[in-house]
Amino acid sequence: MAKVPVQFTLNGSEKAEFVESGTTLLHALRDKIGDTSPKGGCHQGTCGACSVIIDGELRLSCLTLAETCNGADIKTTAGLAEGGMLHPLQRAFLDAFATQCGFCTPGMIMAAKVLLDRMPNPSREDVVEALSGNVCRCTGYEPIIQAVLTAARANSQNAA
Amino acid sequence: MSLALQTFSTVKDANSALQASGTRYLGGGTLVVRAANEGDVSVSSLVRVTEPSLSQITISGGKARIGASVTMAAIARHPELGMIAPAARAVGGPAIRNMATVGGNLFAPAPYGDFAVALLALDASVATEDGEMPIETFLAGRDTGRAVVTAVGFSLPKAETFRFLKVSRVKPKGVSVLSIAALLQRTADGAVTAARIALGCMADRPIRAKAAEKALLGCKLTPEEIAPALAVAGEGITPVTDPIASAWYRAEVLPVHLGRLLLG
Repeated sequence: MAKVPVQFTLNGSEKAEFVESGTTLLHALRDKIGDTSPKGGCHQGTCGACSVIIDGELRLSCLTLAETCNGADIKTTAGLAEGGMLHPLQRAFLDAFATQCGFCTPGMIMAAKVLLDRMPNPSREDVVEALSGNVCRCTGYEPIIQAVLTAARANSQNAA
Repeated sequence: MSLALQTFSTVKDANSALQASGTRYLGGGTLVVRAANEGDVSVSSLVRVTEPSLSQITISGGKARIGASVTMAAIARHPELGMIAPAARAVGGPAIRNMATVGGNLFAPAPYGDFAVALLALDASVATEDGEMPIETFLAGRDTGRAVVTAVGFSLPKAETFRFLKVSRVKPKGVSVLSIAALLQRTADGAVTAARIALGCMADRPIRAKAAEKALLGCKLTPEEIAPALAVAGEGITPVTDPIASAWYRAEVLPVHLGRLLLG
């Protein structure tokens, strides 16, 4: 199978790789580029562990072919921390004990980031809706919801 | 496993490429890439089209035309499609809705395809390069059709005439136990003059509840008057059995949920 070139921006850095045609973005990110923050859970679009942000929209990297992302701006949880400082969402997840085994956490944080970018002060219902495509088998969701609400409050206090 | 992806700028070229065996159309990827990930070796090659018209929504003269590549998220947020937004929002979680397309939903096997249930109730037309056909004709032949769907079209329902319900075990978003869409025309005193009811999960693809539609004619939406329609709601259904629910369960709860939709 011929390899195809893919080129996109990942967390602000230009990336270029050759991948086999039909390679998923998840596979390209984890096994070619080395960003292991998106997780391969169900590979069926059910669990949300592979969620990434492509051109500002939440998408599932396990169902996205890498070659359809040419020229795209891709963000993953690995790119959130700046200068050794965790992103407010990461901080809030730690503080609220919203991460136990941690497998769903990067996907949860991506889904939450898209929400907070569009809606800085979401209601609890907004948070539940935003996370509804992400499955967690450890926490029972409540600490995750609280973490997102806490991060939203921290953001609005910083902005004030 | 590898998939050869071919990208075309026109539907015509994609239609030619789709004739090759093992070739499937790639929309949002939520069906076909999922199948490939699951080990479906019948998929060896994918075709997609980047023609801009496939991603456009046009509203004019009380009619909507939605390009086949339009996503559920785009429908849900469109200011003039508010009446069918609940059906678009019923599909998947936020990430799926950013990917899943109208065209793909027409091919989604039960328990998926909630938006196609709404389109069936709306008596939508399905367009390909060869022209348009009623959605019922399209759904009946969808397994053998080899032409790229380019758009769906329908008359925008008047407020209060269109109702949609999806029942799932997981809140707020889960896979369908069943879904129901109904388009009801009524007189000023509330009697039903025309009814189109579409059911999801009651066969391998959306079907109409024709017996219930007929029984509703002339009825007001009261528990007593809709009882005959509920009694025949299950006529002609062959519900799917899957990890979400058994066929028996789906058939048992169908009249309950149809009643709630009609009385709601």
